[in-house]
Amino acid sequence: MLNLETAQSPQKLRRVAIEPVSRVEGHGKVTILLDAENRIHQVRLHIVEFRGFEVFIQGRPYWEVPIAVQRLCGICPVSHLIAATKAMDVIAGFGPLTPTAEKLRRLLHYGQIVQSHALHFFHLSSPDLLFGFESEVAKRNIIGVAAAFPDLAKQGVLTRKFGQEIIAHIAGKRIHGTGVIPGGVNKPLSVADRDSMRAGIDQIVDWSKAAVGLVIQLHETNPDFYRTFGESRANMMGLVDRRGALDFYHGGLRARDADGGPIFDQIDYATYRNVLQEDVKNWSYMKFPHIKTLGADKGWYRVGPLARVQVCDVMPTPLAEAERRTFLNAGGGKPLHGALMYHWARMIEMLHSAELARELLDDPDIVGTDLMADKGPRREEGVGVIEAPRGTLFHHYRADDNDLVSYCNLIVSTTNNNQAMNESIRAVASRYLSGRELTEGLLNHIEVAIRAYDPCLSCATHALGQMPLEVDLIDADGTLVSRARKG
Amino acid sequence: MSGTETAIVVDEIPVPFKPGQTILEAALEAGVYIPHLCAHPEFAPHGSCKLCTVIVNGRNASACTLKAAAGQEIEVDTPDLHAYRRTLVQMLFVEGNHFCPGCEKSGNCQLQALAYDSEMMTPHFVEFYPHRPVDASHPDVLIDFNRCIQCELCVRASRDVDGKSIFALVGRGMASHIVVNSPSGKLGDTNFSVADKAAHVCPVGAILIKRVGYAVPIGERRYDLEAISEEASRCAGEEVR
Ligand code: SF4
Ligand code: FES
Repeated sequence: MLNLETAQSPQKLRRVAIEPVSRVEGHGKVTILLDAENRIHQVRLHIVEFRGFEVFIQGRPYWEVPIAVQRLCGICPVSHLIAATKAMDVIAGFGPLTPTAEKLRRLLHYGQIVQSHALHFFHLSSPDLLFGFESEVAKRNIIGVAAAFPDLAKQGVLTRKFGQEIIAHIAGKRIHGTGVIPGGVNKPLSVADRDSMRAGIDQIVDWSKAAVGLVIQLHETNPDFYRTFGESRANMMGLVDRRGALDFYHGGLRARDADGGPIFDQIDYATYRNVLQEDVKNWSYMKFPHIKTLGADKGWYRVGPLARVQVCDVMPTPLAEAERRTFLNAGGGKPLHGALMYHWARMIEMLHSAELARELLDDPDIVGTDLMADKGPRREEGVGVIEAPRGTLFHHYRADDNDLVSYCNLIVSTTNNNQAMNESIRAVASRYLSGRELTEGLLNHIEVAIRAYDPCLSCATHALGQMPLEVDLIDADGTLVSRARKG
Repeated sequence: MSGTETAIVVDEIPVPFKPGQTILEAALEAGVYIPHLCAHPEFAPHGSCKLCTVIVNGRNASACTLKAAAGQEIEVDTPDLHAYRRTLVQMLFVEGNHFCPGCEKSGNCQLQALAYDSEMMTPHFVEFYPHRPVDASHPDVLIDFNRCIQCELCVRASRDVDGKSIFALVGRGMASHIVVNSPSGKLGDTNFSVADKAAHVCPVGAILIKRVGYAVPIGERRYDLEAISEEASRCAGEEVR
């Protein structure tokens, strides 16, 4: 770990703030403390917004919570819907889901991953990768991509749209629908809707494969840079099924260390508290979770695409698994930890999700009508965990005898990545910024590293994409020296 | 007998009425929609929400309470009345805590349906955000007072149909609110039953059958199928739900 979390004597230093970080979801802020020679002494990614959702939903009926909690997020609300409902399946007393219900939930989830990954890569990150981090700000956005690479931009938009259509067919709406309810799903998939999705899915698989190819091409332009930019050697965590294959919807928790060695495996996620601990720091609203046995200093970990493709033994679809092998080879047998490697892993996952969706659309169960599980006695407590687009997502609830939620704990993907993101931007700052005059392009290097994680910083959005960036230069007395704006 | 003696004119359409019928009853029976909220065909009119305000021969009146009479020329669908109804709906919204996106009554809620009908785009007024309790003490029914609009339909149903008088409106003006008739004030300490009429009349998401939640998919909910005005016209002559 680089020691840039807390400066030795901050009072002598100049402070630079990047606020808000643009093209990420929600409000975040980066502060950098510099000395007179522009040497970097401290870098922190802060979360400046506090929504208090965990408190807000206490006292609400448990069946309402999965719908209410979707509002945490404007990009992947379905993730919260599914994770919360999995917890409520338990609390409501339901037994195992019917095959149709589980498959519809999975299809919904895969649609969600496709749309979220497509949005992230094409809309939010491709401008940096295609034009360069220090390219002209006015063109460094999806509009610029559409002008320079019209086919690519079109594929991005249509791939995302396809994911949203899957969501609309199952949840009833493209965003903030229902569909998933404790015990199952509330409506069958019609044959007509299935057929319309089946007709489009081959194209999405092809485009996703092409997207992986594009990332590989970009990578080949400068492999060392791609491999090492924003590198932070981290433990990795994700869900795997009993065979050790990646499973986005359900599985046991597995963690590996930065060299790929085992830390834990097949942990029942309902007992996550036995293996994970959440810490609070006084400078951020976002908690810092870590693996208990390793302690706060060594136990922080990474989740999301870059962790998942390296934590699992296999991705159980042929095209994605072949791409995963190519990816692993790029590391020469060692796990990859560069922030930009997220993009490559993310596109492999988009391909995997498209393939999984295709398998489900060919499965007769998907148009079944047996939607609800058998119900037993109510339970007091439930935990629901999935692999959301951004990483492992925990929802943990208790409900009292009157059916009202009495306790809630959420660990969202971005929180799991909190320390890893901080370490990545510290790596970028010390490598590229330290000792130089700060420019918008250099500060964008920091944002590129953050964006690679695809953070959902508030997980409760108002605006998407083009947020203004404001950089304040403040001297050690707190006086504003200069201010630059973009957006 | 000529038609004019047994008919009123609603927005220039002749609407027949039977002796004793209110303007609202006659209009609905003829398939002419007049927005309303606290009125319910099975209960005596209450006249509190004022959403059914119409102009009868030049003067404002509540269609749910005023009896139809020959010679009435009634205006319903005027821009002024439309705007006035929207204001009333907006006031109802800000007075309680109505967060449609997370509410399980969404799509089945008359207040929401009337917000659409009156083309309400924003709450307009400053939200009160009142602190109101949830009563979940009953095993099968939950009351979320955050969404109560004090229409007293539950009061009327429990008293007049169920013979239990479990609900009452107390307080005055801004302080008025529904209470439950039990020593603890909790629904769980009454003989209320999920089979009671009062468990099924709430036009908003205040009295809810537990564990139903979002079982009806989007697209199949009451007002997904047709707007509240279309439903009223289609159900002309039938008992309006
Ligand atoms: S609880 Fe429902 S039925 Fe009773 S007064 Fe309130 S809104 Fe009307
Ligand atoms: S419906 Fe007439 S006053 Fe409420």
